[in-house]
Amino acid sequence: MATDRYALEVPLRLQSRAQRRRWEERAVRGILLFFALVSILTTLGIIYVLLQETVLFFRQVSFAQFFLDTRWTPLFLSQRFGIWPLVNGTVLVAAGAMLVALPLGLLAAIYMSEYAGERVRQILKPFLEILAGVPTVVYGYFALTFITPILRSVFPQTQVFNAASAAIAMGFMILPMVASLSEDALYAVPYSVREAAYALGATRWEVATQVVVPGALSGIVAAFILAVSRAVGETMIVAIAAGQQPKLTLNPLESIETMTAYIVQVSLGDTPQQSLAYRTIFAVGMMLFAMTLGMNVTSHLLIRRFREVYE
Amino acid sequence: MEQTALDIRNLCVYYGHFLAIKDVNLSIPRNQITAIIGPSGVGKSTLLRALNRMNELVPTCRTEGEILFDGQNIYDPKVDPVEVRRRIGMVFQKPNPFPKSIYENIAWGLRINGFRGSRAQMDEAVERALRAAALWDEVKDKLHQSGLSLSGGQQQRLCLARVIALQPEVILLDEPASALDPIATLKIEELMRELTKEYTIVIVTHNMQQAARVSDYTAMMMLTGEGERSGTVIEFAPTKLIFTNPQDKRTEGYVTGRFG
Amino acid sequence: MRQGTQPIRADQGFAPTFKPNLPYRKAMGVAWEAVALLAILLGIAMLLTLLVKVFLDGLPYLRPQLFTEFPSRFPDQAGLRSALQGSIWLMVLTALLSFPLGVGTGIYLEEFAPKNVLTRFLEINVANLAGVPSIIYGLLGLGLFVRGLGLGRSLLAGVLTMTLVILPVIIVSTREALRAVPASIREAALALGASRWEMVRDHVLAYSMGGIFTGMILALSRAIGETAPLITIGALTYIAFDLHGPLDIFTVLPIQIFNWVSMPQQAFQRLAAAGIIVLLALLLSMNSLAIWLRNRLQKRW
Repeated sequence: MATDRYALEVPLRLQSRAQRRRWEERAVRGILLFFALVSILTTLGIIYVLLQETVLFFRQVSFAQFFLDTRWTPLFLSQRFGIWPLVNGTVLVAAGAMLVALPLGLLAAIYMSEYAGERVRQILKPFLEILAGVPTVVYGYFALTFITPILRSVFPQTQVFNAASAAIAMGFMILPMVASLSEDALYAVPYSVREAAYALGATRWEVATQVVVPGALSGIVAAFILAVSRAVGETMIVAIAAGQQPKLTLNPLESIETMTAYIVQVSLGDTPQQSLAYRTIFAVGMMLFAMTLGMNVTSHLLIRRFREVYE
Repeated sequence: MEQTALDIRNLCVYYGHFLAIKDVNLSIPRNQITAIIGPSGVGKSTLLRALNRMNELVPTCRTEGEILFDGQNIYDPKVDPVEVRRRIGMVFQKPNPFPKSIYENIAWGLRINGFRGSRAQMDEAVERALRAAALWDEVKDKLHQSGLSLSGGQQQRLCLARVIALQPEVILLDEPASALDPIATLKIEELMRELTKEYTIVIVTHNMQQAARVSDYTAMMMLTGEGERSGTVIEFAPTKLIFTNPQDKRTEGYVTGRFG
Repeated sequence: MRQGTQPIRADQGFAPTFKPNLPYRKAMGVAWEAVALLAILLGIAMLLTLLVKVFLDGLPYLRPQLFTEFPSRFPDQAGLRSALQGSIWLMVLTALLSFPLGVGTGIYLEEFAPKNVLTRFLEINVANLAGVPSIIYGLLGLGLFVRGLGLGRSLLAGVLTMTLVILPVIIVSTREALRAVPASIREAALALGASRWEMVRDHVLAYSMGGIFTGMILALSRAIGETAPLITIGALTYIAFDLHGPLDIFTVLPIQIFNWVSMPQQAFQRLAAAGIIVLLALLLSMNSLAIWLRNRLQKRW
């Protein structure tokens, strides 16, 4: 065999060094692969923990109670386990946040992508990054101590804890994410397409909104979905400013409770750990996980389809 | 003596401090095909883009001189470049259809420019444009498919149809066939001959044989001097003359293939 | 230019009229451009308002006691001592644990992983984990570390949980740093007979270390502001003693801020603002360090 012949010609000293290198390579690969598997273990861990407690939960609470009841009172003497008030609260705040973040974020992306020169971008971009980097407790503080008083002076019926303040603060927190992801999508549209539009006698705004944005649409929608997912999973802003009163309502000026805020509420309290009431946080967590997972997967599929068009 | 479609006078184009083209004086004859030829990098595309003010999309670009079109200088501050571009259309080197349907590719340009008419009239305008670009038969059954689903040659003809739909007076083509295979190239060249019945054509090409085949007039561009980086038009004459009896030594050198 | 002129050509009996309506379109364009710019400026205005408000509210409490005192029922005697200890210990230990795991995974995925189904699965998995709300990691930590491993509400449980939270971020930024290394360096090393690992260890890592460290610092600066997962695993909001070891119960800066914000007295709200100033100052220094590091290492190359 050729290798045999080669091995005979190589001096022994070098031969063992070559072997050592090969073993080193294998060992390193093995260690790194092991590290990589930690991420898989994480996902399995999340699913396992949530599933285990959720199964135990549903041994005591029926599906009907969970999905059909309209009141959520696991911490009271008369326990009701309808999930919808919490979902309502989450969706109400998320929708409000999107009302702020989506139009502002998309407009910002259009400006950065189609209008701003390099120097302007270099000034504006860091600000948007800072907006995204502020910890959520700070936004919660801002919502409670600044936005709420203003809302109350304009709408006196606003409660001290309400969905709207949290939604507005959250909207600004998510704005940079929407802007950045939308800008990436707009950037993927080739410049030649814009040139063609200009050459037909279109103004810059027309090119931006009638050619570029439609051309980047699935990428932009993917960005929106990811932003909603983020809003749904957000905790501290709502824990501080939105309240602890789970209810079914469309009125943003009222106190509500989101899924995430409920988990915080129980974690801070003294509910005994093995109790049914405590188990509810896992069931709620499972619901939250399923919702965000669904949105994230949809978003990634959209992005993949979007990339295929331009490649 | 033919009428002039575009009268270029003392045109200079700067990118920042760099003088790309210098002192161009040229009269583009109406309803003829004028080719702009010259070695790589001399400024042919820059000159072409000056004709419909596309250069202005580059922020550092500055233009001096005049280009008279229909009795008016298109660089007059009162003239909006957006307006110029409907009447002087452009087809680019690499086909760039919009990511929309074939129908929409053409309809959009019409709509933007305030096309007034019913849906039936729009359909008719789209069909006429596609016929003029020799594309109608190939796409009439799939008007609602994406423009990007066509072959390279078909896409380029779609881009041409898009321009024709706006009924320009001049059509500028920037190396329109350089990204296409020989058969598609031939189709485009045949089209150009057809189009001169209604439009004035200016084409930039680095392919001398194409220029000789297709054009009625040729403008030869060269650097203004040894070591210079600015280009200018050194000779402009009927194509036959340029290729058989050029006046300028440098033109002669280029067309006989001695350099460039 | 004359509007709507007929082009000069052979008349074909088909003469559509164009009404370009340019002044209106231009005006609309300018108006909308202003609106778009306003959108960005609104965001920036909000940010500045937030910073100014926090600063004005918290300034009175920005004094030495803030750092030396434990939390207390009396605002004038309250401080961040335990919270700062917790945050710093948490950061250091999380950094130590997440660095090899995160960077190692990033190196594996970018340099070693074969293009097969397992790798694709790993990549999808990391992408998904990046999008999981951080409170879910808290539930994971609760089930796995606090109860499963019996670590209780200790700092160690917090470190393990936090490591998992920032792992996806580190993996992604490591991969980006590695991707920035030009192919020519890799090819040169391989052509000289280096093995894959030798090429990575001696050449690629040297080039990308700056980017990797920058990404690491940015991930940690996000971790410092994370509250939800730690509350869920049971980090308390009222700790009145020093932190001595990883098995102690603990609290962190953002949780302390949260605790103060939740109290009705105005003095505690101001304390919270003071805590926020400290938190933002910490973040600012970490981000500045990251930027300085990135610039410094970029200059070398």
